Amino acid sequence: MTSEISAGARAKRQAGPHMIQMLTPEGERVSSGEYDVFAAELDTQDLFGFYRDMVLVRRVDAEGQALQRQGQLGLWAPLLGQEAAQIGLGRALRKQDFVFPTYREHGVAWTRGIDPTELLGIFRGQSHGGWDPQANRFHTYTIVIGSQVLHAAGYGMGIQMDGDVGTGDIDRDSIAVACFGDGASSQGDVSEGLTFAGAFNAPVLFYCQNNQWAISEPTSIQTPTPLYQRGKGFGIPGIRVDGNDVLATYAVARASADSIRAGNGPLLIEAFTYRMGAHTTADDPSKYRSDAETEAWAAKDPIVRLRRYLENQGVTADEFAAVDAEADQMAARIRAACVEMAPPPPAEMWTHVYSEPHALVDEERDAYLAYLDSFADVEEHA
Amino acid sequence: MTSTMPLSKAITAGLRKAMEDDPKVVLIGEDIGKLGGVFRVTEGLQKDFGEQRVIDAPLAESGIVGTSIGMAIRGFRPVIEIQFDAFIFPAYDQIVTQVAKLHARTGGNEKIPVVIRVPYGGGIGSPEHHSESPEAVFAHHAGLRVISPSTAHDAYWMIQDAIRSDDPVMFFEPKRRYWMKGDVDTDERGAATHSAQVVREGTDLTLVSYGPLVPTALDVANAKADEGANVEVIDLRSLSPIDFDTVEQSVKRTGRLVVAHEAPVFLGLGAELAARITERSFYHLEAPVLRVGGFHTPYPPSKLEEHYLPDLDRILDAVDRSLAY
Repeated sequence: MTSEISAGARAKRQAGPHMIQMLTPEGERVSSGEYDVFAAELDTQDLFGFYRDMVLVRRVDAEGQALQRQGQLGLWAPLLGQEAAQIGLGRALRKQDFVFPTYREHGVAWTRGIDPTELLGIFRGQSHGGWDPQANRFHTYTIVIGSQVLHAAGYGMGIQMDGDVGTGDIDRDSIAVACFGDGASSQGDVSEGLTFAGAFNAPVLFYCQNNQWAISEPTSIQTPTPLYQRGKGFGIPGIRVDGNDVLATYAVARASADSIRAGNGPLLIEAFTYRMGAHTTADDPSKYRSDAETEAWAAKDPIVRLRRYLENQGVTADEFAAVDAEADQMAARIRAACVEMAPPPPAEMWTHVYSEPHALVDEERDAYLAYLDSFADVEEHA
Repeated sequence: MTSTMPLSKAITAGLRKAMEDDPKVVLIGEDIGKLGGVFRVTEGLQKDFGEQRVIDAPLAESGIVGTSIGMAIRGFRPVIEIQFDAFIFPAYDQIVTQVAKLHARTGGNEKIPVVIRVPYGGGIGSPEHHSESPEAVFAHHAGLRVISPSTAHDAYWMIQDAIRSDDPVMFFEPKRRYWMKGDVDTDERGAATHSAQVVREGTDLTLVSYGPLVPTALDVANAKADEGANVEVIDLRSLSPIDFDTVEQSVKRTGRLVVAHEAPVFLGLGAELAARITERSFYHLEAPVLRVGGFHTPYPPSKLEEHYLPDLDRILDAVDRSLAY
């Protein structure tokens, strides 16, 4: 199975056909047929906004990495390299849409208005996910990969039951977004999510970020065929987009979301991108991938290519510098907020197990707090 | 108003009432629409409430539970039918990793009012995977409520309580008692869902059971009464939380406790009751707590299930051993 012939055959099938791209790695704008209309709606300021988004989330990521190294976080899952795949998607959505993320969706979280300190709190061990999913229509991070795809499918079925799809009112018609990766695509729950969405024609956008690696396993171990084809057997058309091209991810996500919103049924997007960093701060990618590969992808950096394009559009060095300064300020703010987070009080453990009283939970909490109280005198005397 | 009906139809009536009361209640499961479920518990509901509220699902248990979570996040109150007890395991991950924990994970921001109905237990002569009692497996997981009615009246009220609860509820239905008729009072609910009930008073020994074995436990009490011993029978009704207070009060009067369930004895609810009641009533006990239940074997082929399932004689044997101390 691991022979060169088989690996070669797999690579060939993986390569797949045309991939939607609108900005080359050199920052040149190339035409992309039906998707150009969505790009045309964006002026330089809009694109500069995407640039700002990407620079800021990359900075959040760098802070997460640094704080973990300093012992302030238990772990961090870097998004480095996937900024365009996430910002393009996030900016293509509307307020009423609901996103179901994995644990690496820091960029999408940013576009939904989640403060980065909330993300740091999870990896610091303050909470399992502090925000109200309904407030931002952004669900909690899902660590068991693939589970959230079913939640998105069910939410989409709920949108249908509410009649909030295909009415023609763009402030009402809604979609559910299932974010998942190449690794998760092997989970049964992803296939079941495609089954339900396909069978019920639910308004769900399946957004697969193929970052080429599931910890140490290349995508070829998950599937011999391109992931954008995964929905075919479920009646869900798919498309592959250059995940390092924010203009393309935005345009393709907008086009897909609009179609789903109009009631045309679920779609799948494979954002072809690269996890430039480690899987998490506990991982060592040098054990399983080559420097040549990482360097080849570094040349396709999503931020660099947009910057080149914007420079050609006349954005000045001062304007770029202002974004860097803003990133510095934000970094200082979230760093300080992270370091200052006090451990939650022990009683917190029992507070939200159930929403209504549960005798055992109450009994165990009271007993443990009384036990803790029994040390109060000892400490006073000491 | 009081009327007599089989336990399964009491659940149907409870589901119907819940659907009439709250338009957000939806049912989802395999074959629950036109067919009305393999046990006909949802019979007639799709005809009256439509295909959007009584949903025939693809044959994927994890998918049924996972999409129900999504519907709950959207504001619905899904009631799932798992076709048979042991078909639940493909959904185990979604139940324990997501359903049970999302409220805590979101710091209380998100409620998951999902009800998972599970016909459980043996005695109906079925092939493998159709007769198991996995309730302790789910009671073990914080975040789930687990209840099991043993009468038509309780079935009618407890299913409605389960649907009204903002917490996820596993609703275990004693399938071999589906056809057992009982009086259902649709005006007076009786005991609260999460309380145990003394269903027969006695002075010499406390016999605790729930679900399908409650009628058997009552038979045991009758048999012992003929021999001059007074057995108190408690129907646990709620398996998470468990109403230990009611059991404790009883044991402090009788001094003896026997627990009977169809589920395997090893690490079962009987073990938990034995430990807790011993802690609470050590000086009142005249005998060790005894348990009667299934063996540490896979559920056997149906020609052997009469040996596996606790029956009148096996429970009587344990009662006699306890009384002999």
